[in-house]
Amino acid sequence: MESRSTNKSIFENIDWITVIIYVILVVIGVFNIYAASYDFDNASIFSFDEFSGKQIRWIGLSFVLGLILLLIDARMYETYAYPIYALMLILLVATIFLAKEINGSRSWLVLGPMSLQPAEFAKFATALAMAKLFSGYNFTLNSSPGNYIKALLLFLIPIALILAQNETGSALVYLSLFFVLYREGMSGLILFAALCCVTFFVIAVKFADSTILDIPTGEFVIYLLIMTIMVGMTAIYCKQPNLAKNLFLWFVGTGLIVMILSLFGVTIPGTIYGISVITIACIYCIIAMLRNHIKGMLVTVFFALGSIVFLFSVNHVFNTLQPHQKNRILVTLGIVEDLRGTGYNVNQSKIAIGSGGFIGKGYLNGTQTKLKYVPEQHTDFIFCTIGEEHGFIGSSFVLLLFLILILRVISIAERQPTAFGRVYAYCVASYLILHFVINIGMVIGLCPVIGIPLPFFSYGGSSLWGFTILIFVLLRIDAARREHLSY
Amino acid sequence: MRKDYRLEKRKYVIGGFILIVAIIYIIRLFDLQVCESKYKDYADSNAFLRRTQYPSRGLMYDRNGKLVVFNQPAYDVMIIPRDVQEFDTLDLCETLNISREQFDKRIYDMKHSAGYSSYTPQKFITHLSAQDYGRLQEKLYRYPGFFIQKRILRQYNYLAAANVLGNIREVSDKDIEADNYYASGDYCGDLGVEKSYEPYLRGIKGEEILIRDAHGRIQGKYEDGAHDISPISGKNLKLSLDIELQQYAESLMINKIGAIVAIEPSTGEILAMVSSPTYDPTSLIGRQRGGNYRKLINNKYRPLYDRALKAAYPPGSTFKPSQGLILREEGIVSLSTAYPCTGGFRSGGLKVGCHGHESPITLQPALRTSCNAYFCWGLKSLIDNHMSKYGSHSNAFEVWKNHLVSMGFGYKLGIDLPGEGRGFIPNSKTYNKVYGEGRWSANTIISIAIGQGEICATPLQIANLCATIANRGWYITPHVVKEIQDTVMPEEYIAKHTPTIKSQYYDEVAMGMRMAVTGGTCRLAALDSIEVCGKTGTAQNPHGRDHSAFMGFAPYHNPEIAVCVYVENAGFGATYGVPIGSLIIEKYLTGKISEKRKYLEQRMLESNTIIYSGVKKH
Repeated sequence: MESRSTNKSIFENIDWITVIIYVILVVIGVFNIYAASYDFDNASIFSFDEFSGKQIRWIGLSFVLGLILLLIDARMYETYAYPIYALMLILLVATIFLAKEINGSRSWLVLGPMSLQPAEFAKFATALAMAKLFSGYNFTLNSSPGNYIKALLLFLIPIALILAQNETGSALVYLSLFFVLYREGMSGLILFAALCCVTFFVIAVKFADSTILDIPTGEFVIYLLIMTIMVGMTAIYCKQPNLAKNLFLWFVGTGLIVMILSLFGVTIPGTIYGISVITIACIYCIIAMLRNHIKGMLVTVFFALGSIVFLFSVNHVFNTLQPHQKNRILVTLGIVEDLRGTGYNVNQSKIAIGSGGFIGKGYLNGTQTKLKYVPEQHTDFIFCTIGEEHGFIGSSFVLLLFLILILRVISIAERQPTAFGRVYAYCVASYLILHFVINIGMVIGLCPVIGIPLPFFSYGGSSLWGFTILIFVLLRIDAARREHLSY
Repeated sequence: MRKDYRLEKRKYVIGGFILIVAIIYIIRLFDLQVCESKYKDYADSNAFLRRTQYPSRGLMYDRNGKLVVFNQPAYDVMIIPRDVQEFDTLDLCETLNISREQFDKRIYDMKHSAGYSSYTPQKFITHLSAQDYGRLQEKLYRYPGFFIQKRILRQYNYLAAANVLGNIREVSDKDIEADNYYASGDYCGDLGVEKSYEPYLRGIKGEEILIRDAHGRIQGKYEDGAHDISPISGKNLKLSLDIELQQYAESLMINKIGAIVAIEPSTGEILAMVSSPTYDPTSLIGRQRGGNYRKLINNKYRPLYDRALKAAYPPGSTFKPSQGLILREEGIVSLSTAYPCTGGFRSGGLKVGCHGHESPITLQPALRTSCNAYFCWGLKSLIDNHMSKYGSHSNAFEVWKNHLVSMGFGYKLGIDLPGEGRGFIPNSKTYNKVYGEGRWSANTIISIAIGQGEICATPLQIANLCATIANRGWYITPHVVKEIQDTVMPEEYIAKHTPTIKSQYYDEVAMGMRMAVTGGTCRLAALDSIEVCGKTGTAQNPHGRDHSAFMGFAPYHNPEIAVCVYVENAGFGATYGVPIGSLIIEKYLTGKISEKRKYLEQRMLESNTIIYSGVKKH
């Protein structure tokens, strides 16, 4: 069977859709890097003095690298997953000590004419290690807490090392691997809880100024949300429609009483109302649970009380944040407008994108990016150039390409016959999701400014090579899936 | 390994998550790029620096082509507030020679002026000296957001005609609101020709579109200047003034209060227009303008008040020619109609004094001797003795008034200068109000026959009367601008106005005025080679000594100049009005003053009548 894995069969089994999207993104990327760093001196796109010229060199090397990766036996990756991971960890540690400090971070290794960021390649190593762990015989995440710890350690170690290099953005990327854990059996409630935390946090901070019932509107809205979710969880998760109806009537009834009282001038403080009503609802749930042995109700109660605790922590935590961190959050949520400081980048990138209009200003005609109004425009803010020069049409096209690529990777993952292939593919999808969501979200002013590149687009060899390796190894593993079937 | 199909469904959660995020992002992009239009403007204001190119203001030449008003560059320090970054305030203050307090005050003033915007250039300091400019220019790179705007100030070749020329000042908040041509820190004409010809003089501003990068560094012209608009210079003006005559006339008025207006009768062009005391036009240039302007405002002789076209003086006897014209036109008198004058006009206990001359007297001798009685009798006859013709005193008076209005009295003549006064000619309603309807007659109002009483006229109106007589019955609205570069003069300064008096009567009155020079009150005005015609005026007034007035023209045939001189509180018309008027005529027509009249010139140059201002007659 080994002998059949010739080059020919590999290229027959390659997922060409992914390859084509990859090539399109990389090519659009280099043209935009040229546009973003275009000077009025009309330098050539191929000039090696320009970012675009250098990027073309990186791209050329990427294609070669991709080809080589396709020629390597797929099982090599599985075999050498841990050694590669271990080597990478050593490299990360070494980087902390060897790297020169650039802009406050120690993440660049200089190798002759090239500078590389090991953190970009550690994503690949971590993905391999994760895949290897999950491909173990009879390994399931839920079979023992130790498995959770193993999986978490695999990506928490690189996070720690990268944080030590002062590259917060890159470290954050590894958190996306929770998607993999979720796919492999981690309770959805954890993701749900994370989502609720983010939502409550945003609401609490964003609507802290106006008041309803003598408490901040944000807090009030969160009480309402907790009540709604309690009813929803009871009905859908615990499948107790009668209980849910009672809860609903209780919340609506007390709510009406409070409203009527406030019309007559008797204002019941919102905090007292919220906490007491929810607590009584919890007690009711516990009683119902004990009587009818409904296990799921515990989750509902846990959620409700946890939310209230979280709510009170938010203000406390938020006030202990460092001023610049606090400021970034406030600027992102649109509460503070600070166009000289934190908000400058985002504001300028919104101006660049917004001024593009429906069809854009035309290639190389963008004034904002040409005149360097947008900082980091050829790296983290490269999407501005597309927005400005190609308008809504161009930027949505790029968004759709990324969406298709991610969905494609997910579908590749699901068709893998082995846990190794599936987990590896989900790691790739997770990285792409996080980069995409954070990078684009930051550029269009929906996420805080976190410096991570847009895959395939942003200028820089490390990022491009890192993603090229991730994608082509995935393609190689995918191309070999039929070989597995025939084992 | 067995596939867990329950877990496989989770791909929909992950896929669904990224799908929802992508949809939210696309909606956001649509909102930013398609729904919201402000980003386009922001982008433009980011990238394009629209720098105004100021046109050079039109120059002014006198009627002989001598350059009178020209431009000199000045440098203003401007700020685009949103581009200002941290800089060394102390260093800037030192460079500009201002204190920290002054600096703060200027910033405060700037922020509180109308039209303040942090995106557009705001004026910070005006009129840097050449030294300060040089010093700042070198250091300018240290102060992002600051730049130097070249402006244009006026400069004058002759220290004369300030009242006619006017000056320029910085636009006020009100100006900016009223006319969107102006921006903060611009200049506009104030007073005089600068004001009335502002739309011609200011030209059209240009605009240079520069592109600049995020650091405010200019990267060059946008599309190589294809969208730039060149400024169009203001139009040059050729004034009708003879600037040297003007200077001479002003010198004759030194230490006197009053006005001179000299007109070329055939064109209505004003050759000289003096308001005394006057001021140095250069004192209102640049930074010292404010202080000097305040001084001029506070000066008790009001040098900024242009007496030549604003002051309402009793015309006194210079009014008599107009009376003769009306009496002749209305057929009240013939050339041989004579009225008695025995030391004045006596009627029903009323007496208007006169001086010794022959009696009875006819029109032309009455003009020659400036007989009060003749004109009083004439008016009395018009108002009281022609009831069958006019029906009532009021009607007769209205006829009289309408003739005067047709000669240019009582209303603004429409000179091309701002702030012209209209003088005052009463109508019958005025008297009906004061005395009651039908309860007044000629005797009640008799002093108007000799240019006293309610009658008031501006020196310009008197000069215009004189020019009309010189033309024998028509005038062109007096004006001080002869030509506007590349522009046809407005019709109103070309059209002839014909008063309601026949030309032949003007001839008769001109003869009377000629006689006044050859053998009457204006003998001092007689010149050897030129036939001068004139009329003195000695106007009583409530403020003190009589005003000395004169109006005259020359030559008698084909007149080239008509002049009105009015000197406040200087006594008899013959003492100041006639000498000054005749010197101007002589100077203008012969270019010099003859030897035997040098003494007269000397006397006028040296005399001082300002001392009589406000002094009550004793």
